[in-house]
Amino acid sequence: MRIRIMEIGVGAFLLAGIVALLMLALNVSGLKLMESNDTYRVYARFENIGGLTARSKVTMSGVLIGQVTDIRLDPEALQALVEMEISKDVDYLSIDSSASILTAGLLGEKYIGVVVGAEEEYLQDGDYFEDTQSALVLEDLIGKFLFNEVSE
Amino acid sequence: MEQFDDVIIDIQKLSFSRGDRAIYKNVDIQIPRGKITAIMGPSGTGKTTLLKLIGGQLRPESGSIFIDGKDIPRLGRRELFEMRARMGMLFQSGALFTDISVFENVAFPLRIHTDLSEEMIRDVVLMKLHAVGLRGARDLMPSELSGGMARRVALARAIALDPDIVMYDEPFTGQDPIAMGVLVNLIRRLNRALGHTSIIVSHDIQETLAIADYIYLISDSEVIARGTPEEMASESSQKVRQFIQGLPDGPVPFHFPAADYQADLLQDS
Amino acid sequence: MIELVARLGRTGLRKLEAFGLAGIILMQSLIARPAPTVMFPLVVKQIHFVGVLSLIIIVVSGLFIGMVLGLQGYTILVDYGSEQAVGQMVALSLVRELAPVVTALLFAGRAGSALTAEIGLMKATEQLSSLEMIGVDPLRRIIAPRFWAGFICLPVLATIFSLVGILGGAFVGIDWLGIYEGSFWSNMQNSVDFREDVLNGLIKAVVFGFVVTWIAVFQGYDCVPTSEGISEATTKTVVYASLSVLGLDFILTALMFGDI
Repeated sequence: MRIRIMEIGVGAFLLAGIVALLMLALNVSGLKLMESNDTYRVYARFENIGGLTARSKVTMSGVLIGQVTDIRLDPEALQALVEMEISKDVDYLSIDSSASILTAGLLGEKYIGVVVGAEEEYLQDGDYFEDTQSALVLEDLIGKFLFNEVSE
Repeated sequence: MEQFDDVIIDIQKLSFSRGDRAIYKNVDIQIPRGKITAIMGPSGTGKTTLLKLIGGQLRPESGSIFIDGKDIPRLGRRELFEMRARMGMLFQSGALFTDISVFENVAFPLRIHTDLSEEMIRDVVLMKLHAVGLRGARDLMPSELSGGMARRVALARAIALDPDIVMYDEPFTGQDPIAMGVLVNLIRRLNRALGHTSIIVSHDIQETLAIADYIYLISDSEVIARGTPEEMASESSQKVRQFIQGLPDGPVPFHFPAADYQADLLQDS
Repeated sequence: MIELVARLGRTGLRKLEAFGLAGIILMQSLIARPAPTVMFPLVVKQIHFVGVLSLIIIVVSGLFIGMVLGLQGYTILVDYGSEQAVGQMVALSLVRELAPVVTALLFAGRAGSALTAEIGLMKATEQLSSLEMIGVDPLRRIIAPRFWAGFICLPVLATIFSLVGILGGAFVGIDWLGIYEGSFWSNMQNSVDFREDVLNGLIKAVVFGFVVTWIAVFQGYDCVPTSEGISEATTKTVVYASLSVLGLDFILTALMFGDI
């Protein structure tokens, strides 16, 4: 009987470890199971990504629809090329949709906001956003503001 | 010096030292089959070491230890473990496994070395425990036993596999007179009943003389005397007489080597 | 002068010899392990001993460390108006650093010292010799199961420590200090990466479990079988294991998160 109790204890202990790991994975790191299966890739070029990083959110009307997977420099266009994965459920992004880099709060993290256009055709895997808006860089804004003040 | 008809353990020119201190120098010992042989000597002469050498737990610097013609120090690991299944050893402290019950302690060697069914193991264990008079204590844990009982359980474990050789390391040390009498009796009875060879390492003279068939006396890394208990009692050598009769002073001096007493005392002032 | 060099050499050789012996023990117990049917109950017993019985101290320490982190993080971050980041700070520091390191230190004190003392006592009471005489290799029977148990238990304990710590931090942050629950968790989920943070923390725990158990069983197996010898070995276990954990943590952190 004593052996039985000990074995149950050990079993519960190991189970607690696995449950804890699962909770860490799902609740703490926000890992989604089967995340790469039902997504498609789209690309966007930006003048300036200003602090956007891989794994940043992609949202539409504030709702999470995907994430940034890769950022590199496009040597021909001399612009940043951002690769993002969008959930397959969201297959109604028209080809004239726009992607802009936004900031959560004044100093918060950067993310991409998508606004849908009016065309009937939709973005497919491998397509590009034609209409993009770069990150607002605080220094540029201040610079413009000062310049305007002086010129007036 | 007599020769035995049937020698089970034959130790030839054995040398062993620990650090710079020689424990054995070219020692020859023969152990007769089926008899009780005692290895005696003052504390610190490495009697326990001899048992460990026979069991292959230590390797000698030179010399051979033959058991039925097999040289222990030259055996491979597997052969050595097979050989150990033929030996039982009763350690000075009993060395029962403290985390399992008396029953499991005695069953342990059976489970390791045999494929007996659970019922068979139970029967054998109860027989062995009955032989040492502790069948009723089978469910106790070793920590609940008195010293004498623990040693008897250890004895039951040592004979669980019906070994050819049973080695006793200081079996009488630290026992009350009753437990000592019980042990003396047990060792003799078991030896007669099971027909194994017994080797007793001890410095308890009376008890050992009472049960041993043959005695080796070891001192200063050599065998200084050998013979039957009667021969030993009538031995004339000073060293042997001092040990057998328990005299405080003699060739083994009472005083640790020191400077002259008077000079030593006066030096302080 | 010559004397000094000679003494240095002797000490060095002795240390090298001890290290060699530790290596042999490691190899023997990991490679030459007994059949699974024999091994399994022994490992279960040891997991009970070093894992289940360490659970309380781990849960309590994890809870308090998480709560303290939440409180301290709040007082600092509230000055910058970014108290939502408390969740992120608590989770990252626990998962990456504190859970594996503190768990390993507690494990060394609670289970490591007990392992050393137990094996040392088995040596002192001739149980190890007795096993050998019965024809069982004590390395396989005694050392190997303890090894595997330590190996399995530390990552499990560290994971539980992380989770309990984060819950403690959440309790302080959300229920006590009134951080908005949604931003607390979403901030945490955005910044903690499963592979980068959780798995790397787990790898640290596995390495620490390995090292602490190794030191503990070696000190027990190698100790002088007297009461002073055992107490000295137990002290050594705790000191050496703690120092190794801290040193290794730096190296592992540099490899995992540093840009080398």
